[in-house]
Amino acid sequence: MRRSSIGAGFLAVALALTACGGAGESDGGGQQAADSAVGVTKDTVVIGTHQPLTGPAAPGYSKISAGARAVYQAINDGGGINGRKIDYKVEDDGYNPTRTVEVVKKLVLQDKVFAIVGGLGTPTHSKVVDYLNSEGVPDLLVSSGALAWDNPQKAPMTFGYQVDYTREGKIQGKYVKDTFAGKKVGYFTQNDDVGRDTQAGLDQFVKDQVVVKQGYDSANTDVTPQLSALKAAGAEVVVCACIPAFTALAILAAAKIGYQPQFVVSSIGADPATLSGLLQDFAKRGGASVSSGQLLAGLIGTGYLPDVAQTSDPWVAYFKGIHDKYIPKEPFTNTVLFGMVQAYTFGQALKAAGPDPTRRKVVEAMSSGALKGPGLTPFGFSKDSHAGYTGAYVFKINPDTTTAVIRPPAVTDRGTGAITPYSGERATPEQVNLVSK
Amino acid sequence: MSVRTESPETRVEPARKRRTLPPLLVHVLAAAGALAVVVALTLVTDEFTNLRIATIGYYLIAVAGLTLLTGLTGQVSLGHGAFMFIGAYTVALLVRRVPSFPLWADLLLASAAGGLAGLLAGAAAARLRGPYLAGATLALAVGLPALTRKFPDFLGGSNGIDFTVHSRPAGIGVPELRWQTWIVWLSVLLALVLVVNIVRGRLGRDFRAVRDDEVAAALSGIAVGRTKILAFLVSAVCGGLAGGLQAFLLGTAAPGSFTPALSLSLLAAVVLGGLGSLWGALWGAVALVYFQAWSEDLADVLHLNTDVANNLPLAVYGVILIVVVLAFPRGIQGGFHRLGAHLKSIRRGGKA
Repeated sequence: MRRSSIGAGFLAVALALTACGGAGESDGGGQQAADSAVGVTKDTVVIGTHQPLTGPAAPGYSKISAGARAVYQAINDGGGINGRKIDYKVEDDGYNPTRTVEVVKKLVLQDKVFAIVGGLGTPTHSKVVDYLNSEGVPDLLVSSGALAWDNPQKAPMTFGYQVDYTREGKIQGKYVKDTFAGKKVGYFTQNDDVGRDTQAGLDQFVKDQVVVKQGYDSANTDVTPQLSALKAAGAEVVVCACIPAFTALAILAAAKIGYQPQFVVSSIGADPATLSGLLQDFAKRGGASVSSGQLLAGLIGTGYLPDVAQTSDPWVAYFKGIHDKYIPKEPFTNTVLFGMVQAYTFGQALKAAGPDPTRRKVVEAMSSGALKGPGLTPFGFSKDSHAGYTGAYVFKINPDTTTAVIRPPAVTDRGTGAITPYSGERATPEQVNLVSK
Repeated sequence: MSVRTESPETRVEPARKRRTLPPLLVHVLAAAGALAVVVALTLVTDEFTNLRIATIGYYLIAVAGLTLLTGLTGQVSLGHGAFMFIGAYTVALLVRRVPSFPLWADLLLASAAGGLAGLLAGAAAARLRGPYLAGATLALAVGLPALTRKFPDFLGGSNGIDFTVHSRPAGIGVPELRWQTWIVWLSVLLALVLVVNIVRGRLGRDFRAVRDDEVAAALSGIAVGRTKILAFLVSAVCGGLAGGLQAFLLGTAAPGSFTPALSLSLLAAVVLGGLGSLWGALWGAVALVYFQAWSEDLADVLHLNTDVANNLPLAVYGVILIVVVLAFPRGIQGGFHRLGAHLKSIRRGGKA
């Protein structure tokens, strides 16, 4: 025992010698604002992303990078952006924050990427924002609706993409208040930023209608207790701020206990095609077969990109063309479209950064506010805002799993500002003309 | 699970007695040598490889702790990730809430917090054995990370806690990751000196006696329960330190990182490296980091589709585990040992 105390003393002394300052104190090391063109060569631009290709968030979300890759292939086959082909490196982090930190460091240090584009998930991506900003790596179009990405002072390199959860919650809340006045409302939300920020928006409108709040953890796939509690409280409208797997689980659990509320689902978990696939899959594992059309009919969701079923939309038609050429075996879902629009938007920013892109130039292009494109609501990008899409429309799923818009696009802010209809014109694929053939 | 392994360390004991240097000094010198090797390695490799070397470091101390518990004392723990979880959150909370604490204090407290949890777990574990013990520790690994959702404001919920640790004194022109790698290995080697001293001392003999035959150990005057609890304590201190170092290195502590799969892979690393051998812990830790990396690179080179590519690391790891256990039941270290003995016998044969 005497020996180990000598050893412990030694440990303490040695560590004391190596680190004198407080571990949590900032040493004032500021931004490495130096402009750099790491990852850009004469004919390529290397970019990277972290995606959940395995793990709890993989069902549904693993297809996003497939969509993005198809668009990059299309861009490359069209001659690239200003003559440079995009080399897209996808790292699987399994939705595990430790892995995210490792793979992002791998992308930055080993693969020497120019930018991280579309890193997916709040618990995962929040762990690399400080690192990317202190290294001066552009961190563009984060695949999460957390409010944290919109912080130009502390994270000047980071830009959001999807509509944030609070804006979306406000639009959902207003719709529920207008349409289901006097009905009992229940919340079913993920126990993290998704749930918290969505409720901040919902509560501005339906707080006095809410009779029950239930949460879920993505690690636990049994949601029957929560759905039973919603049923017991008599909730007639259930607002579901869930990832796709948990929207599907909630629908199945409700069906099992004979509960038929009106589901109102956030855009992150309301893609009909992805949901149909998951419903079939989960039901099959449970030894049952279900009609996903029947289960999904009438479900209300929010969105900001055109629905893949709206084939007359010029952007849907454009991306369908890319899909059919490069990834015909993947079902063409809104989730795939999400990745395609993201990749296309990065392509626009890279093009706007000019013939000799640098990290600073691409960040300036992002915040110029000039990016217009496939979304039905505008981006919030400017010098003072790094918010992605600023609003949403409301849709209802038809029995054939197509969707019908039941409230046109509206925009709002992340605070308590009003919700206003948006009627801006979108540029068409021909007008943007990303790849001139 | 209590495979009786005569660890190589015990065999060289008589030879060492003839030396005049006290064992502690020998171990400290060996650690200093190892640190010099690590520093040299980090200087000739790029920054990302530095990160992998540092990762091997914190896995090494976690696996070494588990080796002491499972290989030397015969207690199977399926929940060692829980102690890493405690260590990681201790560092995270200290860095965020008490920023003036120096890093060494954070790491010592992380080890202490792990040890405290180990003491409690050990007290319960001393009454259990075999599958019941395994089940109880597994419950720890499954249940503990859920605490973060119970106290979302304090522990950050599912998102966990992110922070930046400032450890590099101003004016040292070493890349951040390289510096962190040195700190990780310095801490790990110092802890290993303690572990090796324990393993080779009286307590280590008690551990092995309890593992081999509890009744016989009790009859020779060893307090079996207390010995088991001590093994848990030392092992959990190592786990806590490993978690603390991981948090320091990656600047994150989140429940999604401490799944039961982590605990299981630590145990697999113990078996793969060589049950009951501290050198085996090193091979196990290297395997944890590099098999994953190599199979990913392999998948990249072969252009496999993502479904195959993502399961390849697990499959490769499983196949290697099966092959190693079939060919060398005492793990990689046992294989080295046999190879060494074989070479010796060839040399002897040649001379004769």
